[in-house]
Amino acid sequence: MSPTTETLVDFDEALTRFDPALGLEVHVELNTATKMFCGCPATFGGEPNTQVCPTCLGLPGAMPAVNGKAVEAAIRIGLALNCDIAEWCRFARKNYFYPDMPKNFQTSQYDEPIAFDGYMDVEVDGETFRVDIERAHMEEDTGKSTHVGGATGRIHGADHSLVDYNRAGIPLIEIVTRPILGAGAKAPAVARAYVQQLRDLILALGVSEARMDQGNLRADVNLSLAPTGSSTLGTRSETKNVNSFRSIERAVRFEVSRHAAVLDGGGRVVQETRHFHEDTGITTSGREKSDAEDYRYFPEPDLVPVAPSREWVEELRGTLPENPTAKRTRLQGEWGFTDLEMRDTVGAGAFGLVEETIAAGAAPQAARKWWVAELARRAKDAGVELADVGVTPQQVAAVQALVEAGTINDKLARQVFDGLVAGEGTPEEIVAARGLAIVSDDGALGAAVDKAIAGNPDVAQKIRDGKHAAAGALIGVIMKEMRGQADAGRVRELILEKLA
Amino acid sequence: MPDTPPSLTREDVAHLADLARIDLSDAELDHLAPQLSVILESVASIQGVAGDDVPPTSHPIPMTNVFREDVVVPGLTAEQALAGAPAVEEQRFSVPRILGDEQ
Amino acid sequence: MSATTDWTRRTAAELADALAAGEVTSVELTQAHLDRIAAVDGDAASGVHAFLHVDAEGALEQARASDARRAAGAPLHPLDGVPIAVKDVLATTGLPTTCGSRALEGWIPPYDATVVSKLKAAGLPILGKTNMDEFAMGSSTEHSAYGPTRNPWDLTRIPGGSGGGSAAAVAAYEAPLAIGTDTGGSIRQPGAVTGTVGVKPTYGAVSRYGLVALANSLDQVGPVTRTVLDSALLQDLIGGHDPRDSTSIPQDLPSLVEAARQGAAGDLSGLKVGIVQELSGEGWQPGVKARFDETVALLVKAGAEVVEVSCPNIVHAIAAYYLVLPAECSSNLAKFDAMRYGVRVLPEGVESPSAEEVMRASRDVGFGDEVKRRIIIGTYALSSGYYDAYYGQAQKIRTLISRDFAAAFEQVDVLVSPTAPTTAFKLGEKLDDPLAMYAGDLATIPANLAGIPGISVPAGLADEDGLPVGFQVLAPAMADDRVYRVGAAVEALLAQEWGGALLAQAPELEEVAR
Repeated sequence: MSPTTETLVDFDEALTRFDPALGLEVHVELNTATKMFCGCPATFGGEPNTQVCPTCLGLPGAMPAVNGKAVEAAIRIGLALNCDIAEWCRFARKNYFYPDMPKNFQTSQYDEPIAFDGYMDVEVDGETFRVDIERAHMEEDTGKSTHVGGATGRIHGADHSLVDYNRAGIPLIEIVTRPILGAGAKAPAVARAYVQQLRDLILALGVSEARMDQGNLRADVNLSLAPTGSSTLGTRSETKNVNSFRSIERAVRFEVSRHAAVLDGGGRVVQETRHFHEDTGITTSGREKSDAEDYRYFPEPDLVPVAPSREWVEELRGTLPENPTAKRTRLQGEWGFTDLEMRDTVGAGAFGLVEETIAAGAAPQAARKWWVAELARRAKDAGVELADVGVTPQQVAAVQALVEAGTINDKLARQVFDGLVAGEGTPEEIVAARGLAIVSDDGALGAAVDKAIAGNPDVAQKIRDGKHAAAGALIGVIMKEMRGQADAGRVRELILEKLA
Repeated sequence: MPDTPPSLTREDVAHLADLARIDLSDAELDHLAPQLSVILESVASIQGVAGDDVPPTSHPIPMTNVFREDVVVPGLTAEQALAGAPAVEEQRFSVPRILGDEQ
Repeated sequence: MSATTDWTRRTAAELADALAAGEVTSVELTQAHLDRIAAVDGDAASGVHAFLHVDAEGALEQARASDARRAAGAPLHPLDGVPIAVKDVLATTGLPTTCGSRALEGWIPPYDATVVSKLKAAGLPILGKTNMDEFAMGSSTEHSAYGPTRNPWDLTRIPGGSGGGSAAAVAAYEAPLAIGTDTGGSIRQPGAVTGTVGVKPTYGAVSRYGLVALANSLDQVGPVTRTVLDSALLQDLIGGHDPRDSTSIPQDLPSLVEAARQGAAGDLSGLKVGIVQELSGEGWQPGVKARFDETVALLVKAGAEVVEVSCPNIVHAIAAYYLVLPAECSSNLAKFDAMRYGVRVLPEGVESPSAEEVMRASRDVGFGDEVKRRIIIGTYALSSGYYDAYYGQAQKIRTLISRDFAAAFEQVDVLVSPTAPTTAFKLGEKLDDPLAMYAGDLATIPANLAGIPGISVPAGLADEDGLPVGFQVLAPAMADDRVYRVGAAVEALLAQEWGGALLAQAPELEEVAR
């Protein structure tokens, strides 16, 4: 299907006539030691088909056995999302044929999810949207196919495919929202913020590495439009596996524009899955969801029901990290950030990074300044998430410590960040290797001051005449001469001493 | 509940075979469709026997909460895993080209 | 062959004693059974054809190891060295496991079923894998893709199914012990029609790990033997909790060997026996009904109190079973798609076929008619819009049948019935009449639906055809000891009448041409 033939309506214009309804399905790959239903390692990577056993390969006769740790993680996620935890629920088989599914059914949960009826409050530009969580359920991941013979390595046009089942059976928690209504023009931001906050929550729970680029956290974005004021939902599209926060926002924007164009043209939105293309920012048609599709769910007969006791649930509730919203309010007070500073921090996706940087010893304002200004700009230029900019919170704290010790200044610090991104070592090593330390010994500085006075007799005379403000011009000359590495305060003192 | 007496047409059987990924020849459809209709009619006799108040039995011996420790146990080597495969390439299962997207 | 030196005629318990007494070696025993197999088993065209694969070399190697252990004074188990046959539906490392299907032709599992591991750990040499209806779907073993097994009593008749191979192997003295599986009667009905003993344990009493599932919520592994005591020895060995099977029951059952020994004493005073009205044999083959009534009379003589009880919902058992089973098997058998293992078939006349097309072609060629019938019915029963009316309703019927049994077991200790409504029918007689075939499972299916244990013991020969009739005893879940106690009593009482085992009356098999 050609990706470029879609007509689009401008996003803002579309919103004058349509209300978007959002839905998000997020798959979280748990960081348990073993898979959902067998004792194979659930770690990422590994040589192909080396982390497999009869169960996760779907060999005849093999049987599943539930990983209790995964159930625990599912309950904790459910509780953190303010869900009810099922008193009794079962696994179910979702039957469909696909080569990366070893049994040709996925062991999942159907009408009896472990957690249901929750919510998460999502903040966008200081406004709070309540996202209702329909359910969170347990299931298993599929194997991974590599397509051979096609020009692009894509599925279409491939000659055959190679399947590695190391990933098959890794525990997943699927978290499904109810339709999110009323976000209007903020729909893309709400979608992004929801996934961002969900990721923070998952990290705080410690149940997943939650790296979108590694596929630990995968988001499907459902979108439909209804004419403004209409109470019925439109037909939705499901954009699969959107792999970054930024892409989520872009995918929503694109789908709003596309749906509006279809509806404006008197067309019918097709219920289908779509793929998001990172490079072009557009979605293309995947598979039409036909009525014939019938997963023939039924309770997994090889597994017995899960009936978490209320005592267990309460015990797990006691292990939950602080509620993220309450935590933000608390930390804003502790850090002394203004509302605007806080909003910028959260908006930049820097909240957790700033928190870690402060925990590593940096002053709150310094931590905020580096992440929200300097490093956010670098991330944007590089087109990566802030967390992937190449500098860790611990390194930022170490750089700031050098600034506070007077070893470097802010300007030199930027060069240290260059070195960190380039992988040149620790901040201290980079300062040494690049010769970035500020010069403050009077011998070296004195010589530079003498040279500057000699070269700028007019300025020197003004200072002798008592115009101390003119010292700035000489300092500039000296700093340039010393490539910014002079201790500006000491230089000023020396100039004034020599020209007194 | 379907209120008409159950029956399976030749087309129904073809559709079900399609869902079950079995190629049935015309001859097989001719042979199996009438048999399946008779079987279905017979098993359909249970419709309405048990009311809403009767809970279904999915497991004959009731048990709950059977969990495994999250401890790695040795599995198969790649060689063992691939030993029965119809085709192998680069230590992976080689399968014919895949139509359609993953679900 | 003189009876005194023919080790194949001995029971497993006798063989265990002979091994312990040093009268015979495991190698001698194993070789005797391999010779018997070579003499009578034949192939798809002639002979009993109980075996799909015979592993002479492997069995003798295990026998040698057993003899070495015994010589060193360290046998692993009372049955160490007694050979056994295993139904071809259990995964065996290094031995083909085909489930009687073309789809799995040549597949050699890289792992052992838990039951097989237990047999190996106890030192029982595995003679080979026995024939069965394809994926255990059938009651005659005629649905095996590799040709039918023949009943040792009459080679023109069926040996029952799906485990006709295991029952025939034991009846034909090709193995003293065999492993079967019972989803709707696949151990008990072959036992009945071959004059042998078969037990379906309580659901979850024996691990299903490595059993290629037909219907997971109904399947159970169990013993196939010539005596009740041998079955008890075998179930005591293979039973017990297995963490790999989440449905396996955690508690241990009472000793079944003890129960069988107690029953063999023949005193049943204080025992309350219920005849299931709906399974009392009215309208069944007269010889079946006659042997059943006589056996009940013997129980009374031995001190049991016999009453009639009603389990009204049993009339719905066959319909419920033939919905639950196809539904579960349609999903279980989806994995046979020729992508990871099994026989891959390329569709004819299709250039560069897709995975989907190869799956369809492979499944069409790999599966026989009965498998296709059940997959299609099961697919239908699970379809959205029909689930509640079919699968959902069938699961509710299970509840009703379980309640009927629970009410009956309030009044009596065990329930009894004929195992099957007829003796062995002729090969081919019901092959293309699925409903007639299904009807034969009426008496065995209810136990699977409710998860309770059942045994079939020989009750004599029907007057009209001289073929074996089975007597079934059912008990509440976990009370497997009761079916052994009553089964052993019936066996002992009848042996007194007959002056020996029923199988002694079977015609001598002719050796097949080699």
